[in-house]
Amino acid sequence: MTRYILNRIGQTLLIIVIVSFLTFLLVNLMPKDQVYALYGTDISQEDYEILYKRLNLDKPILYRYGLWARNVLRGDWGISYQYHMPVGEVIGLKIGVTLYLSVVSTLISFPLGMLLGIITAVKRGKWQDTVLTLLANLTNSLPAFVVAIVMLYLFCIKRKLLPTSGFTFPWDDFPKHIRQIIMPMFCLSLGGIAGVCRQTRSSMLEAIRQDYVRTARSKGLQENTIVKRHVMRNGLVPIITLIGGRLAHIVGGSMFVENVFAIPGMGTLMIQSVNSVDVPIMQACVMMTALMISVAYLVTDLLYLAVDPRISLK
Amino acid sequence: MASITTGKINSIAADKKAATARRSRSFRQFLHGLFGRRIVILGAVGVAFFILVAIFAPFIATHDPSSMEAAAKLAGPSASHIMGGDFYGRDLFSRLVYGTRVSLIVGVLATLTSAAIGTFLGMLAAYTGGVVDRILMRACEAFNAIPQIAVSMTLITIFGGGMLNMALILCIGGIPAFLRMSRAQALTIMNSDYVLAAKLSGQKKLIIMWKHVFPNIVSPIIVMATQSVGMTIMMESGLSFLGVGIKVPTPSWGSIINEARPYLMTSPHYVLFPCACLALLMISLNLLGDGIRDALDPSLRGE
Repeated sequence: MTRYILNRIGQTLLIIVIVSFLTFLLVNLMPKDQVYALYGTDISQEDYEILYKRLNLDKPILYRYGLWARNVLRGDWGISYQYHMPVGEVIGLKIGVTLYLSVVSTLISFPLGMLLGIITAVKRGKWQDTVLTLLANLTNSLPAFVVAIVMLYLFCIKRKLLPTSGFTFPWDDFPKHIRQIIMPMFCLSLGGIAGVCRQTRSSMLEAIRQDYVRTARSKGLQENTIVKRHVMRNGLVPIITLIGGRLAHIVGGSMFVENVFAIPGMGTLMIQSVNSVDVPIMQACVMMTALMISVAYLVTDLLYLAVDPRISLK
Repeated sequence: MASITTGKINSIAADKKAATARRSRSFRQFLHGLFGRRIVILGAVGVAFFILVAIFAPFIATHDPSSMEAAAKLAGPSASHIMGGDFYGRDLFSRLVYGTRVSLIVGVLATLTSAAIGTFLGMLAAYTGGVVDRILMRACEAFNAIPQIAVSMTLITIFGGGMLNMALILCIGGIPAFLRMSRAQALTIMNSDYVLAAKLSGQKKLIIMWKHVFPNIVSPIIVMATQSVGMTIMMESGLSFLGVGIKVPTPSWGSIINEARPYLMTSPHYVLFPCACLALLMISLNLLGDGIRDALDPSLRGE
């Protein structure tokens, strides 16, 4: 048990190291001039050479990676090329927003999706199932930015009900927060609710087919009891494993939602940094999201272990 | 002796006939299962419609998608411009018609390549095991930890956003899913008696993979591929929407939506038509994909 956990943590660390190397490689392969990105294009040739050396661009990439990794481990992510501020500070300003959006969206989509999934599985073949499954299929396939734009049109332009953009934390101004968050949160959670609903349904149906359910039926237990005691307990456990993947989806999707609703989060920051070749910021953004997602995978695996005692037997 | 041989040949021929008959019967069953439900037919019709539009784009488009007309600038729908004009006075309808090509080509090309590469690597991982397997699995996990969109964005800035580049870059994002799935499927097949028999009879690894393992894992791969086409198209339009995808003169739906965004208030049709196209294509693909999944694996349908 302890061995498994340690093993799993080691695995996560290994993955983060691989990700960091791949990211460093990718970002530094970009055919953009880092010196110009940092100091502007109107510098003299001599200055250019000096700065080129100062950024260590004349050194081999492995050496630069080592240097960067050492600094990161000391908590120094470098200086942002566009903000001329330590990367840690820039990210610190933005990561809270994205983290808040992702966590709240996960907290909304899992219970709601599971509830709808249970309803469709229990009422399989009836109209509730048909309607909900169809809705889940339709919403699951819509790109978040299309939903966002259509909502923007309906609720901000046709009827001026909601503000078009911006973000305020709930502890700063709660009513404003709610008005600003409704549309982004809806767009961000829609896919999650639909996805979780579909997976809950198939997992529940899997459990309904098992022998122990037949036994429970032949014992004469009531359908309600069977669903509660046997189907749900077995059918809902695998859903936990989805949290990691969902979070990855949501973090990716928040890039679009932040973009449409002009929310100053990591997604917006990342698009900006790609467009303006802000190498340190790009590296930090990818690393932060990778860290968030890996930790989520780790936690869900351990949670799964805790919830399902059968796993530890393997 | 001779009679035994003839009998053997006859029985082999009979087996072969029976196998062919079984295959065609199961294909008919598949078609029946696929089109037995009206909603799937709807999806199939939608997909067929977009494919036809893509193929016959030059005949359907009413204007040259890149010719500009000052009078049509941001104009509303009219008789000559069915869906109005865009910011540069180009015919929106014609641009959307040509945009269908971009979406479908990128989606299908990326899916085919990632399915081929992913399946091959997955079977390889399952077959060789050991270090190869471990390296591939760790690589997959590392890939899963980064949102695909971030990787694609960086790669596009490195290699540029042409249609072919786009397809190849999006293909990379699809590989891990195919790899994991085909590996898991192949692992269950590897232990079966017929693979053991093939190994004992001295067949080459590649032949065993191709003739014995692959046919048995092909149906989940088809299911995943049909769903992956939609995901890829969504990704392509998303990247183009963020301004890092297909570059502007090429009419991609995502980039049209992006350039139309500032005019949401003044000329909403400019934004809403491409949004509707994208939504319709995604929904049709999804309905058809789900239909194919259910028809290939009836156990998923739930009784």
